[in-house]
Amino acid sequence: MTKGMVIIGAGECGGRAALALRELGYDGPVTLVGDEPHLPYERPPLSKDAMVADAPLLKAIASEAVLAERSIRHIHSLQAVAIDRAAHVVRLSDGSVPTYDKLLLATGSVPRKLPMPGLDGRCVYLRTFNDALAIRAHLSAGNRIAIIGGGFIGLELAAAARRLGAAVTVIEAQPRILMRGVPAEIAEIIHQAHEAEGVKILCGEGIAAIADNGAEVRIALAGGHDIVADLAVIGIGAIPVTGLAAEAGLIIDNGIAVDAELRTSDPDIFAAGDCCSFPLAIYGGRRVRLEAWRNAQEQGALAARNMLGAGEAHAAVPWFWSDQYGLTLQIAGLSDEGRSIVRRELGDGAFILFHLAEDGRLVAASGIGPGNAVARDVRLAEMLIAKQAKPAPEALGSQTVKLKSLLAA
Amino acid sequence: MSNWVEACDAGDIDEEDVMRFDHGGRTFAVYRSPDDEYFATDGLCTHEKVHLADGLVMDDIIECPKHNGRFNYKTGAARGAPVCVDLRTYPVKVDAGKVLVRIGW
Repeated sequence: MTKGMVIIGAGECGGRAALALRELGYDGPVTLVGDEPHLPYERPPLSKDAMVADAPLLKAIASEAVLAERSIRHIHSLQAVAIDRAAHVVRLSDGSVPTYDKLLLATGSVPRKLPMPGLDGRCVYLRTFNDALAIRAHLSAGNRIAIIGGGFIGLELAAAARRLGAAVTVIEAQPRILMRGVPAEIAEIIHQAHEAEGVKILCGEGIAAIADNGAEVRIALAGGHDIVADLAVIGIGAIPVTGLAAEAGLIIDNGIAVDAELRTSDPDIFAAGDCCSFPLAIYGGRRVRLEAWRNAQEQGALAARNMLGAGEAHAAVPWFWSDQYGLTLQIAGLSDEGRSIVRRELGDGAFILFHLAEDGRLVAASGIGPGNAVARDVRLAEMLIAKQAKPAPEALGSQTVKLKSLLAA
Repeated sequence: MSNWVEACDAGDIDEEDVMRFDHGGRTFAVYRSPDDEYFATDGLCTHEKVHLADGLVMDDIIECPKHNGRFNYKTGAARGAPVCVDLRTYPVKVDAGKVLVRIGW
């Protein structure tokens, strides 16, 4: 008898997987379990446009009507507390026990916590729509916002807070912002854009103590002086949600370890999105974990195909973007695989850095510019990376050579 | 009454490429296919209102520059997540080296 498909985690990845199962013609039961009270929704706007809107709108991946029409049973506000692998059963926090033929863990990630006790109230994290609503209430002209961590979420939030007139200070422990995965040349442009908009960025600053007296937050920097704010938002990275998988005895390796087909160490359980680490063939099988919207979406769809037996390997090139003020950054590939860089100017201050491996393979492209100026060429670079192409550096650097022509070569 | 509007010169768009065209407070995307035919659609992606003309054309697909939503620009058909709403298309003809788009009736 068909037990059906169960998906734990109703974010981008889980939501897409549920929809994909139906698009692929699967007609058994599909159960999508999420611990938030909302429909599956897109998270990227939370630190961007949704934060600037007067009343942040939830951008649902599928409406209630669509879920109903496709017979996707969406269970919200519940946790999955255990997996009985032998019986193919998941136990939920209300005691219910959906059974599965195949199970997908799309449990995502949660903000890394600052290792200091007693932080709540005015020290917050951004992950969910409800987090965004709570932060939004503090973003107004004259309010002081401290952002701990100069990564993407913190910087996008800084840009949103400035648009709403708040006074913003970003505190980064590393010597520069965006240390992880973003070339210094591009991070510098983003740094300058923030300073031009009036954001105060403090790099190389450790935090000695944080005191929240209920009316304001006082952040004592290791270097000596204090930052006082009405709200502190902490954005120091994310950690994969692996507890359920670990307790079920699945192999964990910087996330739930899966093979190229997104299968965990149990052949009937898959994992996808932020929560899993997987091998990337284009980088010699290097195991990576990505916290990125497109990856969540692609892996959700791929997991659905493989739950139905497609046996297809993940082959997508990592890709992400960030919007801050009028600037868009896009990065395809893993820039730390590169040994040399070729720069290509695109006009209007936009440029792309091509990262080449020692053997000449294009392994990443990092672009920044106004609007969507870099999008098309980063997309073409992504295709070259997927092909493991070795384009001539002179051609990559020349404005007169079209990237599309290199793809055909 | 048909309303043909001049969008650009036929040579303004490369083969397998796209150009933005604004008219009457609206924005459109005009395409030239690899086999040298012209097409037109609404200019903004149905997902998050991004200008498609900044995107990449491959064969008969336009890909949104922001979130890689894909459409067949010849038919307007959405081709998978994150886009689910089709693009509106408009008749196009080339006359005396000009690309004309029929926007109204």
